Amino acid sequence: MSGPGVSALTSPGSSDAPEFAPGGDVDPVLEIKGLSVDYGFGDNAVHAVAECDLTLGRGRVLGLAGESGSGKSTLAMAAIRLLRSPGVITGGEVLFHSKRTSAGEPTPTLDLLAAGEEELRAVRWSEIAIVLQSALNALNPVSTIGAQFDELLATHRPELNRASRRDRAGELLELVGMTADRLRSYPHEMSGGMRQRAMIAMALALDPQVMILDEPTTALDVVTQREILEELMGLRDRLGFAALFITHDLSLLVEFADDIAVMYAGRLMERAPAASLFRAPRLPYTYGLLHCFPPMHGERYRMEGIPGSPPDLRDLPPGCAFHPRCKWAIPQCRQDVPKLEPLAGSPREVACWLHRGTATAPPELMLPDPTAVRTRSVSVIETSGERAV
Amino acid sequence: MLEGRGLTKSYWVKRNTGLLARRSRLHAVDDVSVQLRAGAVTAVVGESGSGKTTVARLLARIVKPDAGDVLLDGKVVAAARTRSFAAQVQMVFQDPFASLNPVHKVRHHLARPLEIHHTADGDVEAAIRQLLHRVALDPPAKYADKFPHELSGGQRQRVAIARALAVRPRVLLADEPVSMLDVSIRLGVLNLLADLRDRERLAILYVTHDIASARYLADTIVVMYAGQLVESAPSVALTDSPAHPYTQLLLSAAPDPDRLEPPTLAARGAPPSLLAPPPGCRFHPRCPHVMEICKRMAPPTVTVATAHAAACWLHVDSANGVVDGVGVTPATSPSPQREAEVQRPP
Repeated sequence: MSGPGVSALTSPGSSDAPEFAPGGDVDPVLEIKGLSVDYGFGDNAVHAVAECDLTLGRGRVLGLAGESGSGKSTLAMAAIRLLRSPGVITGGEVLFHSKRTSAGEPTPTLDLLAAGEEELRAVRWSEIAIVLQSALNALNPVSTIGAQFDELLATHRPELNRASRRDRAGELLELVGMTADRLRSYPHEMSGGMRQRAMIAMALALDPQVMILDEPTTALDVVTQREILEELMGLRDRLGFAALFITHDLSLLVEFADDIAVMYAGRLMERAPAASLFRAPRLPYTYGLLHCFPPMHGERYRMEGIPGSPPDLRDLPPGCAFHPRCKWAIPQCRQDVPKLEPLAGSPREVACWLHRGTATAPPELMLPDPTAVRTRSVSVIETSGERAV
Repeated sequence: MLEGRGLTKSYWVKRNTGLLARRSRLHAVDDVSVQLRAGAVTAVVGESGSGKTTVARLLARIVKPDAGDVLLDGKVVAAARTRSFAAQVQMVFQDPFASLNPVHKVRHHLARPLEIHHTADGDVEAAIRQLLHRVALDPPAKYADKFPHELSGGQRQRVAIARALAVRPRVLLADEPVSMLDVSIRLGVLNLLADLRDRERLAILYVTHDIASARYLADTIVVMYAGQLVESAPSVALTDSPAHPYTQLLLSAAPDPDRLEPPTLAARGAPPSLLAPPPGCRFHPRCPHVMEICKRMAPPTVTVATAHAAACWLHVDSANGVVDGVGVTPATSPSPQREAEVQRPP
């Protein structure tokens, strides 16, 4: 971790980090600071992601919700340097605080945006793995699942021989509820749910600290979706990885994420614990989005959703990008872009002028925080070097 | 108004290649009967591959059934898709990006059916304006001259609905009309369909995989599994007290933030292959309440409550075939209404 151009730095927060904090915010594993991404250059550039700050706590599930084109996938892809051209990262830093200590060195912190190819190679997949929406496109169609596992393990775990690689691959498949004989199958011979499970097994192969789940179940049926998400969350509890869960389905995140961040037109607009965000949203957009999902119980009543449609990123309205669709917009919303700032006396952050003291927020956006917060049990098995499966 | 009776459709698919090549029959839809009433929305809910889209296409006469009839106002419709049938039954497709021709403006898409079916009363321009107004694309003049790529997904789907309305149909068959749209604009399109039902007394078939939206929009929900109807009921009755184990499974799997406890899935596994469906009830390999008879004989459709029918042996009294209804627990218990709704000021 030294040499010219290398930017391994040790942040003060991670040198004396506690072992594991259930609060999550104390021990970040991935910190995104002021990340901005453009598509294209110069005057034609589209600001797909603008000055986003996001912290993923160790062992936590952070949901990133937003509509198509809101920049949620771009944000994640840029953070792990997988952005394709014409995407350009124009600013910010992404700090990865690794838990592993190699040969007794202090916990290294790596700025992924400044890291060189070699450093990235050491982190990608082994520490930060990704599960994409379409497993059919992510898997190699002309080789078997077993061959793809073999290649992966041979590259990253050269100490394993062929037989132990095969055993390990079988173990991984069983971890996600498949049988080891599926190693001989080609991707097209499996159903969509099985392909996605194989993809998750592959992402877990090197025991990563961070999993990026980019719409992992969107193409699947509801029953398969719930099976896979339950398995994923069970694995999270056992293996202790942190997950950034990207989806457009806010109602799903309320059930599966610890914290939820809401994106709109390339900006993070609200961030709060899942239950607080669902029961008592502070942002008009979140409020509207929550009223887009018809309830499964009780009386039916007409819901209005959100008027208008998401803005064109090439032609954003001035001020808050949501103000043309916001029924509570005040003059300030049309002029100045609100920043994501912590809300006094709560663990949430919101980017909305209604909560800046100058205006009175409507009562719908001032509901009290839920007192009985449902929390998922987080029991982390410490994994250091050797995997505790 | 429009009725499908005993609709059955199978496709021949090729399996293997070379010497092993053979054709097998894929049972896409098996003996399905649905009724659409004027001024009512009927939702068809099912997973992918359950045959719900094929049902819509059979009703639209786009696909010819192997067996069964399509009836319009009680009369059997001839096999050919005649212009007079098309003038009464129109379809809206899932993907508004694919169902509109990218090289033509909105005006062209609406003018064609108006001209072909002579429904413009001589003034095509006025008719186009009125159509766009009906689907809430205001001001109409602004939208008529746009190309599909200049519109958002929701606006495109509204144009597709306007095009279907141009021939003054009495029945609208909507195949997953909102699944390709952004979450925040889905309700707008669903509300438009609800308005067409209420104001213009259209009979609407709403095909979807999203049971929550079916509950929101539809008057009646029918649930399909592996090409067969398993349950049909008024929408609130179906979601509040599902009778068929598969409906219970669907409801336990659907995202529901109001849930206080993490749900337990009522069953696991995947739908069966339609090339060789299991004997008896097609759901029996996954069913938690499976009995011996389920493996041997297909269940009859029995009435479990008013207008509530389920095809399940659990509801058949083995002695005389009367309705039993005991032994099935609802998959979901009613939870308190959303706090946000309760606390909303008057």
